[in-house]
Amino acid sequence: MGGAKSSRWWTVWGLLILVWAAFPMLWMVSLSFKDPNSFRSSTPSFLPEKWVWTNYDTVFSDSLFTSALRNSVGIAVLATGLSVIVAMFAAYAIARLDFPGKKLLLSMALAIAMFPQAALVGPLFNLWRNLGIYDTWIGLIIPYLTFALPLSIWTMSAFFRQIPWEMEQAAQVDGATAWQAFRKVIVPLAAPGVFTTAILTFFFCWNEFLLAISLTSTDRARTVPAALSFFTGASQFQSPITAIMAASVVVTIPIIILVLAFQRRIVAGLTAGAVKG
Amino acid sequence: MAVNQTQATAPVQAPRTGKPVVSDRARHERRLGLMLSAPAFGVMVLVTAYPLLYAVLLSLYNYRLTDPNGREFVGLSNYATVLTDPVWWTDFSTTLAITVVSVAVELVLGFGFAFVMYRILHGRGLVRTGILLPYGIITVVSAYIWRYAFQLDSGFINQWFGLGDFNWFGERWSSLFVIILSEIWKTTPFISLLLLAGLVQVPWDLQEAASVDGASARQRLMRVTLPNMKAAIMVALLFRTLDAWRIFDNPYIMTAGANKTETLSFLAYRQNVTLLNLGVGSAVSVLLFITVVIIAFVFVRGFKTDLSQVRGDV
Repeated sequence: MGGAKSSRWWTVWGLLILVWAAFPMLWMVSLSFKDPNSFRSSTPSFLPEKWVWTNYDTVFSDSLFTSALRNSVGIAVLATGLSVIVAMFAAYAIARLDFPGKKLLLSMALAIAMFPQAALVGPLFNLWRNLGIYDTWIGLIIPYLTFALPLSIWTMSAFFRQIPWEMEQAAQVDGATAWQAFRKVIVPLAAPGVFTTAILTFFFCWNEFLLAISLTSTDRARTVPAALSFFTGASQFQSPITAIMAASVVVTIPIIILVLAFQRRIVAGLTAGAVKG
Repeated sequence: MAVNQTQATAPVQAPRTGKPVVSDRARHERRLGLMLSAPAFGVMVLVTAYPLLYAVLLSLYNYRLTDPNGREFVGLSNYATVLTDPVWWTDFSTTLAITVVSVAVELVLGFGFAFVMYRILHGRGLVRTGILLPYGIITVVSAYIWRYAFQLDSGFINQWFGLGDFNWFGERWSSLFVIILSEIWKTTPFISLLLLAGLVQVPWDLQEAASVDGASARQRLMRVTLPNMKAAIMVALLFRTLDAWRIFDNPYIMTAGANKTETLSFLAYRQNVTLLNLGVGSAVSVLLFITVVIIAFVFVRGFKTDLSQVRGDV
């Protein structure tokens, strides 16, 4: 079964997976460096004939993109923060406490994880206009926070279940106050789970598109995925393709950084809530 | 309100928890548990259950935002309108095709990836990192990447594969092919990581024992590995199926629904937000919700999956 030869084959397959994952992203980068005025062709090539920065200048001087970037960061960070806080309480209760309604909470989270968001765009569109929060940050933060909750609750409760909570009492027996025991023992043990959950929740909010185009109408709250679909390029005579790719590269960079820095945690988080007990 | 009610009935349920008496501590624990989960409960009910009920109500009216005063009660006729319209059924078949093909391909591909990540010795971390990139990328960005790769005036695909000026977005099935490709690229990582998590939980000694007993690699896979991964496979299948069923971003960006590539989520969006036809749109929303409930029910019943057990919450 083992042996150097078979191990080499698995490495080759691994390389193929890497190519599969990276190739479309290289295409995105390549296209973002093509000349917007001359890249169209009847025989397009993979790499640019000449490399230009124009597209990056275009997107950063376009207020549609810069305001979308600001909205995306603000909305994703706030929604993630709120979702993680609300979910943290619930996950602690699920992992540690015995209370009626625990099963209901988990079933409800499951139901919402499967809920078709498109079924809500009509009513939310109407409700938000009546409440005056259509096309605002809060109008997106509320549904994002809600749809991120199931993921947050599961991931964190799975992490919390693995925490050796006896250590808290042990610390108190050793003379620590309740607060000291919590801060010095429990917080360091729980932090990685909370942090991982926050990354996954951030990915979700950063990615969301349907609600973003349904519940916004201007630069005020339009996030990056929504703005990309409205992008027209530097002028109406120019194809927006290369500029859209430059903007795409920009918004992919934070994802790449997070993935590179926290690969292990993301993998653990993605699978923690789903398969492990 | 709910908190007080449950508290009042709490002692009655006590014997179930296996504790002989309801101590003060247990009562305190219950109250704390309810208090801590109340915000999560509240948010989820307010933002999903309430609007859904509102959609049910709206679906019984003829209500267009372009003519708000013309609102009148029409009973179930919006549902009849939707269900007798060929558009609903075209979108239904599009959604079904995308879901079945992408989930089937992803399951096979995801297995392959999981096995590679399980077995590979050199560069395991690198492969896992690489596989997370499509997972993390914005779906809209993925849609644009693939669209421009196939588009006639910008894409390299036709050049590389000698397809001349074949217009991928000129007809239904080739458009769906590209949509499904983007979907598969973006979501296979998730499925493969779930399967990998299931794979590492298959006890090694079982494989070993089967091997000693003379089982071939294929027999080990079919008789030992796969049956022991049943829970992971079910979770991956259920989640990906329902996720694919909601597909919206890819067709919206790639084809805008042209050539019969509109999906059910897209239809709900178009009726409600583009056409401001809230009556019919809400009927579409409710019907979409019902299809999701049916799929979930079939999975849980048909495959006898107790999801809470899978997750080890019992």
